[in-house]
Amino acid sequence: MKNRKRSVDFLWLGLLAFLALLPLIPGLLRSSFTQHVAIQILLYASMAQAWNILGGYCGQVSFGHSVFFGIGAYGAGMAVVKYGMIPWPGAFIGAVLAAAVAVVISYPCFKLKGHYFAIATFAIVEIFNRLFMVWYWVGGALGLDYSFTDQGWTHFVWYESKRGYYFGVLLLFLLVFGVVRWIERNRLGFYLRAVREGQETAESLGVNSAKVKLMAMALSAFLAALCGAFFAQYNYRVDPPMVMSLDMSMKFVLITILGGLGTFYGPLLGAALLIPLQEYSRAFLGGIGGGVDLIIFGLLIIIVVVYQPRGIMGIIDGIRVKAKRSKEGGE
Amino acid sequence: MGTFFQVALDGLFNGLLYAVVAAGLSLIWGVMDVINFAHGEFLMIAMYLSYWLGFIWKIDPLLSSLAGGLFVFLVGALTYKLIISHTIGKSAMSALLATFGLSMLLKNVCLNRFSPNFRLLQGTFLGGKTYNFGGLIVPVPQLAIGLVALLLLTLLYALVKRTRLGWAIQATAMDKEAAELMGINTEKIYLLVFGLGGACVGIAGGLLPSYLAVHPEVGGLFSLIAFVCVAMGGFGSIPGALLASLLIGLVEAFAGFYIAPVFKYVAVFGLYLVVVMVRPRGLFGW
Amino acid sequence: MALLEVHNVTMKFGSLVANDDVSFGVEKGSVVGLIGPNGAGKTTLFNCISGFYRPTSGKLLFKGQDVTNLPAYEMARLGAVRTFQVVHPLKEMTVLDNVLVGAFLRGADTDKAHEIARDCIALCHLEDMSGRMAGGLPIGYKKRLEMARALATGPELLMLDEAMAGLTSTEIKAAVEIIKGLQKRGITLLVVEHIMEAIMSVADKIVVLDGGIKIAEGPPQEVVNDERVITAYLGAKFSQRLKAAQGGDPRE
Repeated sequence: MKNRKRSVDFLWLGLLAFLALLPLIPGLLRSSFTQHVAIQILLYASMAQAWNILGGYCGQVSFGHSVFFGIGAYGAGMAVVKYGMIPWPGAFIGAVLAAAVAVVISYPCFKLKGHYFAIATFAIVEIFNRLFMVWYWVGGALGLDYSFTDQGWTHFVWYESKRGYYFGVLLLFLLVFGVVRWIERNRLGFYLRAVREGQETAESLGVNSAKVKLMAMALSAFLAALCGAFFAQYNYRVDPPMVMSLDMSMKFVLITILGGLGTFYGPLLGAALLIPLQEYSRAFLGGIGGGVDLIIFGLLIIIVVVYQPRGIMGIIDGIRVKAKRSKEGGE
Repeated sequence: MGTFFQVALDGLFNGLLYAVVAAGLSLIWGVMDVINFAHGEFLMIAMYLSYWLGFIWKIDPLLSSLAGGLFVFLVGALTYKLIISHTIGKSAMSALLATFGLSMLLKNVCLNRFSPNFRLLQGTFLGGKTYNFGGLIVPVPQLAIGLVALLLLTLLYALVKRTRLGWAIQATAMDKEAAELMGINTEKIYLLVFGLGGACVGIAGGLLPSYLAVHPEVGGLFSLIAFVCVAMGGFGSIPGALLASLLIGLVEAFAGFYIAPVFKYVAVFGLYLVVVMVRPRGLFGW
Repeated sequence: MALLEVHNVTMKFGSLVANDDVSFGVEKGSVVGLIGPNGAGKTTLFNCISGFYRPTSGKLLFKGQDVTNLPAYEMARLGAVRTFQVVHPLKEMTVLDNVLVGAFLRGADTDKAHEIARDCIALCHLEDMSGRMAGGLPIGYKKRLEMARALATGPELLMLDEAMAGLTSTEIKAAVEIIKGLQKRGITLLVVEHIMEAIMSVADKIVVLDGGIKIAEGPPQEVVNDERVITAYLGAKFSQRLKAAQGGDPRE
């Protein structure tokens, strides 16, 4: 048991070292497009992992995470565009606000069962989307456009090279994955999974399931909002359909499902499969008409849900078990 | 006052359209406890079918709607066979997620093949005609869809409540295992229910191109609104879905006219949230 | 003062009265059996005590504190923990993880929790299974997992709901041994049991419910000879025959 844990840690640290050194390896990540793909993978992996806290570990499938993502994006955007400040305080305030909004909306929503909960989260996305469209203080349907500022970490904006963004998103990735790694090993992680597997049982063991769900929601929303702030900085703009839409919400869910619900590496694997697929098919298959990436994505989702509900992690586990069996058989 | 009634009438017409989409969804939800996320895309497929039949062979939507019903019945049955049947017994979300994948697939295949352009069928039998009832303008295409909607809902309701097949459907909905023990082929019932749900939107979708433009995104909002109607009406209740749809249609029309167009969906989805907070199983649910 | 005091608890579901004015006490360190035929209201009473139901009327005191309206997780934190009649394993978690959930109640320290969990797993003879997914265990192990998990919360009062139902006689013996072990550790036990024999050998006191009403309370030997208990369990006719037979027994 102990040994297994250490080897997993090794994998995690090795992965981080690899990701940190990636831009230094000559030849790799040279083109700005490859850098863009790498940044997108880490961003979407972080988003999916933030969602995974609530949807995967705690089992409360929310389709409303683009709302929190959007609030974070608007936090950074408002700070920069409206107040001419650096984005950092905006991102932080946005994240806190997102967590607060999440708690306020989920408190009644958690009483709803199954599909009723799912539809309520769809409804919330639609409401926020429409309200932000007409809220002129935050730019309405036009959104917020960044003007030129100094480059660098203070303003979290780079124009010539994407390398700054790469390290920025790596920090975000480290934060989100680090938090989940910590949760997994500690009491909260056990409580989250206990609530997922059986709320009544968890309560019989002294777990306040309502509080655990709200904590998962708040944390998940906070981290999703930070991802949103990065997204705004990276795109130099925010508008409602970009950040607060059902399609964006579904990305949180589907990447996690694709990779493996409630697993640590699932969100990364899902993003590592999906994002290159999306970016490269857009770039190279554009000639045969639009939407090819989403056609493939749609197919993948159907196949995964129907044939491998545990996602890529499920496939890897299957191979591992088989390898172990054949090894034992050989001895 | 005249405007008030005009807005109410438009709202009711929209509500009836929602009711057809919602009725099929409600049947599927009630019998199988599955949310079909691709339901709006089923509508879109029928609309495209009707549009191309009209555009290429000059077939009127009145006729195409039958083709739409048949075609989407097959699409529904195929969806059940290839996707839904594999998700039965797995987590409650898997059917929803799989059908979301299907909706992405259908939407983007249409986007890829037919471009994102809006397409409206010109010169149809019903298109552009209106009646004037003492100042109240009744658009004929909407009226036709409304009547077809009422007819379909009545037929569906009668089928479920009055026929042997309907009893088998109800039995399957209540207790799948018990129904199987009574000799009901639940697999066939599920297939049929999915097909019938599809046929309803297929017929409605076939009529639509005489007044509503077809484009790949047209189904998305219908799906969401139909979910709201079904959930508010109480799962599996066809009369509930009808009443909820009419209510939603009215709320949408009044909020759109008297507040601002963007607020119509805020009002619709807000109403849903309020209703389920007060009655977590919908207006007519138990 | 008893550890748990049940005062005049009544539980109604609409017009159905599941428990009617039930009162009894559970002394610290004792093993109390709650028995009765099917439908006697044992599990309902259990749900009231453990905080899953709120009694319609009556009062519950635990360690002298009024706990009538406390939710289940608060009861567990106070030290009154239950198991379920129908086992509720946390399926997609290993046996060790299941027990850890209980162990974390007494502190967030991971090493400490692991220590407690390993201890409880050993006590319930589940060592070989600790890495297995709980959903795939055989029923006997699932029952013991219920017990190990509840035990890991460090309860003062452990409430077992039919922990022995559906077990083979060897498994019952093992369960009885575990219960005796728990008593030695100073844990008070309230045991709901349908099988009388199993509970007789370990209980200090038996409370008998029938039709929602308490019909007897006392030491096991007294209770088994109580006419109303025999009637409730075996029917009036058989009870008379039994009495006649006992009366005619020369060894008496």
